[in-house]
Amino acid sequence: MYQTTYHRASSVDEAVSLFAKGSESKFLAGGQTLLPVMKQRLAGPSDVIDLGRIKELQGVELSGDTLTIKAATTYYDIMTNADVKKAIPAIAYLTSVLGDPAVRYRGTIGGSIANNDPAADFPAALLALGATVKTNKRSIAADDFFQGLFTTALEDGEIITAVSFPVPAKAGYEKMRHPASRFALTGVFVAQTKSGEVRVAATGASQTGVMRVGAIEAALKANWSPSAIDSVSISANGLLADIHGTAEYRANLIKVMAQRAVAAAR
Amino acid sequence: MSTVKLTVNGKAVAVDVEDRTLLVQLLRDHLNLTGTHVGCDTSQCGACVVHMDGRAVKSCTMLAGQADGANVTTIEGIAKGDELHPMQAAFRDNHGLQCGYCTPGMIMSAIDIVHRHGGQLDEATVRTELEGNICRCTGYHNIVKAVLDAAGRMKVSQAAE
Repeated sequence: MYQTTYHRASSVDEAVSLFAKGSESKFLAGGQTLLPVMKQRLAGPSDVIDLGRIKELQGVELSGDTLTIKAATTYYDIMTNADVKKAIPAIAYLTSVLGDPAVRYRGTIGGSIANNDPAADFPAALLALGATVKTNKRSIAADDFFQGLFTTALEDGEIITAVSFPVPAKAGYEKMRHPASRFALTGVFVAQTKSGEVRVAATGASQTGVMRVGAIEAALKANWSPSAIDSVSISANGLLADIHGTAEYRANLIKVMAQRAVAAAR
Repeated sequence: MSTVKLTVNGKAVAVDVEDRTLLVQLLRDHLNLTGTHVGCDTSQCGACVVHMDGRAVKSCTMLAGQADGANVTTIEGIAKGDELHPMQAAFRDNHGLQCGYCTPGMIMSAIDIVHRHGGQLDEATVRTELEGNICRCTGYHNIVKAVLDAAGRMKVSQAAE
């Protein structure tokens, strides 16, 4: 790891001002992605601003039809939260198949979406549920937030403070886990909103990161059942191809994972 | 350089380290607690697992500074004098190790698993929960047996306290 200067912020305001003082600062949440990247010397921030102990970034709130998860809440705390399990059990399930137990104790929802790894799980949940990302400056719709591989709408020095999810009528998530990294080889999140809209998002599949799957949305809108997806055809164009699977394999996985997600949805 | 103050195995310590120091380096290189191992160094193998404020974390994937003010327990801190922790005793009795390299992390993760699941542990749960700890010798069979055995012993020892 290159030399760096570590700062622990006690408030969002302090984090913003510490960030601005560094020549090339980075925010650190759970560190389960940033630290491995720094250890490989693929990143060498001058200053690391730790957001992990900021109280205003911790916790979960359920208010009416909105579930709000503060940005530095760990996967473990999300997975075990009674409001999450009650309002959107698919999110509790998603966190239970994310990483391993030690990673879940440290990793955070804010860190996951700020990094926007093309195979991360949470971007699919945000996009399918039509969530809103709250920052210290503004609110950003999930549709506008994810902008490609490791790219988001966040500006330099902007901090995610929370994510608000509208509670859906039904939602489900299933993924094919890479057995070593536990990232999604392809994962699909399906949601039916309370107004009857259907939204489907796939992660780990596209070369441009998380994406909506319009053909499956249309099929499920007509008939919310796994068999409705049988006749959908997914193009392999623009899908990821690597040592773990071809683009055609991932195209098929989108269908299969969507069917399983619909079967699991509640 | 920064001074990191934390409690390790019940003892308050203050250590001057470079800011880029990992928690596992602080434990091994500065406190000579070499029971915590570095295996893969990429957050996958779990040989470096320690408890921080009661949670099993990978100490190769934390900066020492992130542990400032925390209560850390390593493999050296779980026995009571000469009396092994029930998890250590169960690993010995069930031959839950061969080369021993992964064992400290296995034991620290396994204690956390038992704490979280209590009496609800079965073989499938243990195997799923151990997915962040890699062993290249045993095929996991005796490790799983040891964890299930220890879960019973830990319940008995908690009831006795």
